[in-house]
Amino acid sequence: MNLIDVKNLHVAYGANTVLRHVDLHLEQGEIVTIVGPNGSGKTSLLRAIIGATKPVSGDIHLKPGLKIGYVPQRLHIDPTLPITVERFMRLTGGVSKAACRTALETAGVPDLLKRQMTKLSGGQFQRVMLARALINQPDVLLLDEATQGLDQPGSAAFYQQIAQVRQETGCAVLMISHELHVVMSASDRVVCLNGHVCCEGAPAIVASAPEYRALFGTGTGGALALYRHDHDHDHTHSHEAAE
Amino acid sequence: MLDDFMTRAMLAGVGVAFAAAPLGCFVVWRRMAYFGDATAHAAILGIALALALEVSIFAGAMVVALIMALTVTFLTGRGYAMDTILGVLAHSALAFGLVAVSFLSGIRIDLMAYLFGDILAVSKSDLIVIWGGATLVVALILWRWSALLMSTLNEELAYASGLHPKREQLVLTISLAITVAVAIKVVGVLLIAAMLIIPAAAARGLARTPEAMAGIAGAIGAVSAVAGLQGAYVLDTPAGPSIVCVAAILFAGLNLVGWRSKNAM
Repeated sequence: MNLIDVKNLHVAYGANTVLRHVDLHLEQGEIVTIVGPNGSGKTSLLRAIIGATKPVSGDIHLKPGLKIGYVPQRLHIDPTLPITVERFMRLTGGVSKAACRTALETAGVPDLLKRQMTKLSGGQFQRVMLARALINQPDVLLLDEATQGLDQPGSAAFYQQIAQVRQETGCAVLMISHELHVVMSASDRVVCLNGHVCCEGAPAIVASAPEYRALFGTGTGGALALYRHDHDHDHTHSHEAAE
Repeated sequence: MLDDFMTRAMLAGVGVAFAAAPLGCFVVWRRMAYFGDATAHAAILGIALALALEVSIFAGAMVVALIMALTVTFLTGRGYAMDTILGVLAHSALAFGLVAVSFLSGIRIDLMAYLFGDILAVSKSDLIVIWGGATLVVALILWRWSALLMSTLNEELAYASGLHPKREQLVLTISLAITVAVAIKVVGVLLIAAMLIIPAAAARGLARTPEAMAGIAGAIGAVSAVAGLQGAYVLDTPAGPSIVCVAAILFAGLNLVGWRSKNAM
């Protein structure tokens, strides 16, 4: 049985449809990455899965009792809110201090327990978020551009940690990423999204698919393609506002 | 003991300070300062309606404050920015309230008493209302504390943990309406937001956890109430504003100390 099953999902904000006819599934232990240009509905898809956005129509079926560990896109904590790493990690009840320590070690940042969340560096912060997501032994990790704001070695190390966590705990991973070079090496499956699912499959297959090339260029998935894709693709959206 | 008006006033001030402390922390963290203002302004309309309908002022203020808070919550995210909606609603409610008061020809009411509070006139039954309301607010917030914190930190994170941030927001909205209604007599409509925000803001530099910040804010609020009343007695100044002045001085003092110790390091 699949952990997550999304069937024919439609999501709209007012008159603005962001997702249509989206099918997606996630199996035990696999790493699936969603790629797509800005405004392609990647975050809306994750929000629908966790129940933060109500879909217009379609089915989202989670395996009963599924435990989700969620790592959000650069979370902003108001500087007026004092909170230590330990307090933050223990916000969801029933978490022991020892479990916090273990999770922080697994995420590669031991010894941060007493630090203030607002004083952490970008890399430390994301790893604390990962540790928090891991603390209840989730079946699925959901990552929404979790490496945004990290430099390249930082994000490479972060994804390495994710792969290692999957190996150790066997949890499945569903993530959104902009970093195609990382996607290509670390994922079992890639879903290319642009309002609808353009194409999906093993990284090598997706990389050679014409739909993918239309979005991301013909490069080998290097860093440059990342910045070109917004402009060489004419589906239905316009870019005037952004320029 | 309760026959002394100063004792009653101090108890009333401390009661409001306790309710305002944890609520005020959320108001500060979620940047809802103006939201408290708007709810309080709406209460004037509630008072006018309560006098016209001859129902309890506390009930009138609370119902209108609650309607106001719910309207704001409902309207945000529907086209206008939060501060625009608050600006429109808060000042319209205040204006309609003031106009409505002028229609109440048969009754002479002292509008100043509601704008600036009349803590020295607090009766024993007022004390019951204030402490009952304060206990209710503190109990509500303690009950939802972790869920509220999680929703304040990040909406998606809260959803992924199985919480409903919109429902938690409602807890804050209701608590705010209750606090405004019980605090009107103590500090008045114009200074309620000050009792919410200043103690919480003053506590920020001293706290390392959210719980500590709420506790320290409560202490600062209580000290402000007691010291402000004593100051008002000695200097013959208006009581409600004197309480807020003490809180403001504590805020400035604590910030100065924090700033100096930061620069000394």
